[in-house]
Amino acid sequence: MKANCWMGRNTVEVQDVPDPGILNPRDAVVRITSSAICGSDLHLYDGFVPTMKKGDVLGHEFMGEVVEVGPGVTTLRVGDRVVVPFPISCGGCLACENGLFSVCENSNPNAGMAEKLLGHSPAGIFGYSHMLGGYPGGQAQYARVPFADVGPIVVDDDLPDEKVLFLSDILPTGWMGAEMCEIKPGDVIAVWGAGPVGQFAVASALLMGAERVICIDRFSYRLQIAARAGAETINYEQTDVLDALRDMTAGRGPDACIDAVGMEAHYPVPAVHAYDRAKQATRAETDRPYALREAILACRNGGVVSVIGVYAGLIDKFPMGSFMNRSLTLRTGQCHVQRYMEPLLARIREGALDPSFVITHHLDLEDAPRGYEMFKHKENECNKVVLHPW
Amino acid sequence: MSEAEHHNAHRWAGVLGWVSAGLGVLQVAAPDTVVRVIGAGDRPWARRVVRLIGLRELFHAAVLLGSRRPAPLVWTRVAGDAMDLALLGRLMAEREDGGRRRLAASTAAVTGITFADIVTAVRGGHEPGLPPHRLTNLRAAITVNRPRREVYRFWRDIENLPRFMIHLESVEPIAGGYSHWRAKGPAHKSVEWDAEIIEDQTEQLIAWRSVEGATVRNRGSVRFTDAPGGRGTEVRVDIDYDPPAGKVGLAFARLLGEHPQQQVCDDLRRFKQVMETGEVARSEGSPEGTRARRQLFQRPAQPVR
Repeated sequence: MKANCWMGRNTVEVQDVPDPGILNPRDAVVRITSSAICGSDLHLYDGFVPTMKKGDVLGHEFMGEVVEVGPGVTTLRVGDRVVVPFPISCGGCLACENGLFSVCENSNPNAGMAEKLLGHSPAGIFGYSHMLGGYPGGQAQYARVPFADVGPIVVDDDLPDEKVLFLSDILPTGWMGAEMCEIKPGDVIAVWGAGPVGQFAVASALLMGAERVICIDRFSYRLQIAARAGAETINYEQTDVLDALRDMTAGRGPDACIDAVGMEAHYPVPAVHAYDRAKQATRAETDRPYALREAILACRNGGVVSVIGVYAGLIDKFPMGSFMNRSLTLRTGQCHVQRYMEPLLARIREGALDPSFVITHHLDLEDAPRGYEMFKHKENECNKVVLHPW
Repeated sequence: MSEAEHHNAHRWAGVLGWVSAGLGVLQVAAPDTVVRVIGAGDRPWARRVVRLIGLRELFHAAVLLGSRRPAPLVWTRVAGDAMDLALLGRLMAEREDGGRRRLAASTAAVTGITFADIVTAVRGGHEPGLPPHRLTNLRAAITVNRPRREVYRFWRDIENLPRFMIHLESVEPIAGGYSHWRAKGPAHKSVEWDAEIIEDQTEQLIAWRSVEGATVRNRGSVRFTDAPGGRGTEVRVDIDYDPPAGKVGLAFARLLGEHPQQQVCDDLRRFKQVMETGEVARSEGSPEGTRARRQLFQRPAQPVR
């Protein structure tokens, strides 16, 4: 089959690789109909996530049709149309039982490796480094899905791929980012990052009853999409964010701040950017946490900072004084996708949500390298690329 | 050796560390005084040598005071004592005048210190409760989200062990609590031994040891307790074994990434997987399941076959 493989920093290549098969009784094999490029794939592309290997198949947002099931799978049948969540979760550990699917205790066969960097291991993730399992991803024609009786959700044929594909990751991630803010009537929410996850966080916060949502980015075309989803916008290259937020909230600060940016943030002050960039280049820190720092400083006293942007390792200059002295709450997590798939599918079905508004490009799988370049450099107003493997 | 004696050895090692620190500071800061006191006053090089010895003492102090279990490190002091005694002996041989009495006193003092150092180092040299040789101890623990009865039963059925201890090829029960074990050793060598269960407390503890004449001398226990708040069962494994080819074999295995401690941790992780999910998690990057060596040399995450 064809698959998009990580070949080193800033290089992906579509290669012929073996077809996947059943390795374990609870596996299923899915013939992929749609697969997306995620912002967090760019962290892999840029070489900031440790333990990638040349030849790793990328991709963790995919859906398709079940073509084979192991003897231990009782919930799926060949022919089912499924969306596959990106965290691989067993359903039997305490974390899964408590709905914390992205910290499943059994799905990472390389847990020992993750423990060395992270203390404890999170769940395995499709196509997201060997530290998180060494599972081939879904930017391919087929994928093996472990614990297939727990994750994938069956969708009806009348819903097109582009409406349900994002149930695999970015829609529930944006939703969880807003949910962690525990929005109450009158709340003002600020969202750093107007990429697809930020755009979904905006839409979710409004659905949950936020009074106002303010979205911060530097690309006007992304801010326009966020504005269409209902956000007020700040372009941080033109406006000082802390001043603007103080002004817009009459001095209170946003009630909750969502960091939908993560480890490769940009910052308009060249000296600060140079400092973190240099530390990152020498591996003295792995992540550039500007959005996180700013979210903490901006948040109102006693507010919530909700982190859904991906961080990989260590950061420098965390504003602990502001965080502690002002009674802030930090909530984080890779999305527990499985928890949100059913309710969000129901909202899509009843027409309350149509996640397809984030898509700007459809490409053949063969064109994945061009898709990565375009998405990374924000060429052609690229917001979200969907790949079609067949 | 008793636990108390062992503990005392570490305490004494700490005291000796402070002695080193004091001596070192004195010798570096006021070498002339020291030279006079020990009776080597007229040697032109004595001052420089005393300073160097002072630096060495500060090194002893650093290693002893910097370690949580300093007793074995007292051997560095013993080596230093030998040097000092050799120097003092040479000075004695060269002298006939009144300085000799001072030198004799210094030598006696250093001899006493050497004796204290050796006693401390020997006492702290090996852990209590174990014969003083090369048994390697491994411990690991994991929490399994299943009832204690179920977890105990699965383990007690020792034919199940190779399902999660991937270095084991087979375990066959023989009558009378005995069993025959076959395992993959380092460098693809197979090792076999017989073992007996020496303690079996239902749903609480299983202890075993290899029988006389085993290639891999080992003994171990696994304990099962309820995790608090209905969180399943805590499983604690404690193994002592004599690695094939001793320390050299151990170092070699470590080099190949098959660190025994990692193996035990991974075994327990697989045990949890089997108990909670019915299978051992396998990715295409490590299709045969977790293996310490695989974590170093994984193939790309692509489908196998």
